[in-house]
Amino acid sequence: MNLDALRAKLSYQTLLLGSVVLLTSGALAVASRTTEADIQAAAARDLQASLAQVLPGQYDNDLLQDTILIAAPDGDTTVYRARRAGRVEAVVFQTEARGYAGPVVCIMGVTREGQLLGVRVLKHTETPGLGDKIEPAKSKWIHAFEGKSLADPATDKWAVKKDGGVFDQFAGATITPRAVVRAVRQGLELFAKEKPRMLGEEKEGQADASRNRGERASTREGQAVVVKPLARQQPRSAGGARSAGTGMYMEVHEDSEHRTPHKGTPTFYGLKPMKDRMRPDHARAVDL
Amino acid sequence: MSYASIAKDGLWDNNVVFAQMLALCPTLAVTGSATNGLGMGLATTAVLLASNVLISAVRHLVSEEVRIPVYIVLIATLVTLVDMGLNAWAHELYKVLGLFIALIVVNCAILGRAESFASKSPVAESAADGLMMGLGFTAALVAIGGVREILGSGTLFANAHLLLGQSFAFLELTLIPEYRGYLLMILPPGGFLVVGFLLAGKRLLDRRLAARHAAAASLSLAPSP
Repeated sequence: MNLDALRAKLSYQTLLLGSVVLLTSGALAVASRTTEADIQAAAARDLQASLAQVLPGQYDNDLLQDTILIAAPDGDTTVYRARRAGRVEAVVFQTEARGYAGPVVCIMGVTREGQLLGVRVLKHTETPGLGDKIEPAKSKWIHAFEGKSLADPATDKWAVKKDGGVFDQFAGATITPRAVVRAVRQGLELFAKEKPRMLGEEKEGQADASRNRGERASTREGQAVVVKPLARQQPRSAGGARSAGTGMYMEVHEDSEHRTPHKGTPTFYGLKPMKDRMRPDHARAVDL
Repeated sequence: MSYASIAKDGLWDNNVVFAQMLALCPTLAVTGSATNGLGMGLATTAVLLASNVLISAVRHLVSEEVRIPVYIVLIATLVTLVDMGLNAWAHELYKVLGLFIALIVVNCAILGRAESFASKSPVAESAADGLMMGLGFTAALVAIGGVREILGSGTLFANAHLLLGQSFAFLELTLIPEYRGYLLMILPPGGFLVVGFLLAGKRLLDRRLAARHAAAASLSLAPSP
């Protein structure tokens, strides 16, 4: 057969490979163009649905359009604003903390008074069957945040019960709920700090000053990023600690260590030099 | 090759996981629960069927020397198409299966079937082979996932409604109430353990069956002379 002779030729093989790649790339390009709009629409629907979950009640604006960028400890975060008759009644934004196996990304809705409307976990890679109880489909745990604010419970009670706080942990998984509690608390602190800008109520004259304040705040938050390497260490220390009791002890130390800054006055941040936050971290990295 | 032997091959004799020992990476990764195993199995079956048909259809055009890159490109394209299509038009399903679909690309069982069966057989038989191999793979994943889930968290088919829809919620069983869980089984080591024990069990069963067949054969032979 003619094809047999042809198939053995180098030029045929080159042509074949080239045309297969061209055809498949073409198919992918066409498929990408046809599905793009639908995929974006689905993503927008997802976003809208998750916004609606943490934002009960009726609002009269399009949240997806009414956004503002706020400088947060881990980079800019988009704040969605829900208005009634032009006044911002609530805001929704993302916040994240390091969990057991990776970042736990939460979305939270906060009223203009600083009260939590709801929290949902958007993305996580926690252990199935243990850490995934933060999903509302698997446990009611996440609803415990509704109605809470920075004043209720008190700042030092913003922790899981094991650390002396008010939130339940799960049997066999403490790191995950701890990460969610931390993420939510950091979110509330961000709201408290950036409230005028989030609500769009800063006065013209103040705008400049508050922007400066914002910058200073974010450099100050630079120290709060201290928390992050610490938190990154946690999964590792916790990995060994899951079954053993001793490791847990160390974790509690880590956590109390990183809770202290929040108890201190803001000047505490400014005065403490870099070595303070670098040293224990490095020591721990070597230990592990 | 008859369809019956294709089916027997795919489901039992030449099972992807328990006989060919292929695709162990996705197998160990997703079988923390029976539902996840089922999702991965079904998604793989769909891709395996499509890739077998496609490769069988172009088998006369593809020359020996460049067949591997051609197959890989075709399989990767198929997986990407399935991924995009599901994301756009079956978004709810995609949210459950999305993680598994990307993993299918690295499933060497698909390339294995393309190479050893679809590239040498007519389209209809290749389709049957893809379907049966896929179902055998699904059965293996559900078995491994089921054992791990029962031992690890005391449930079976938990959250099946997320995958199959509300009408399959009856599948969700809590076998051991108030069970505190056995973490090892859900973590990767549990996957290795369960695969090992199930594999040993299958071998044992096969040996028993072979012995019985041999006995039956010698019995039927005995009276004849």
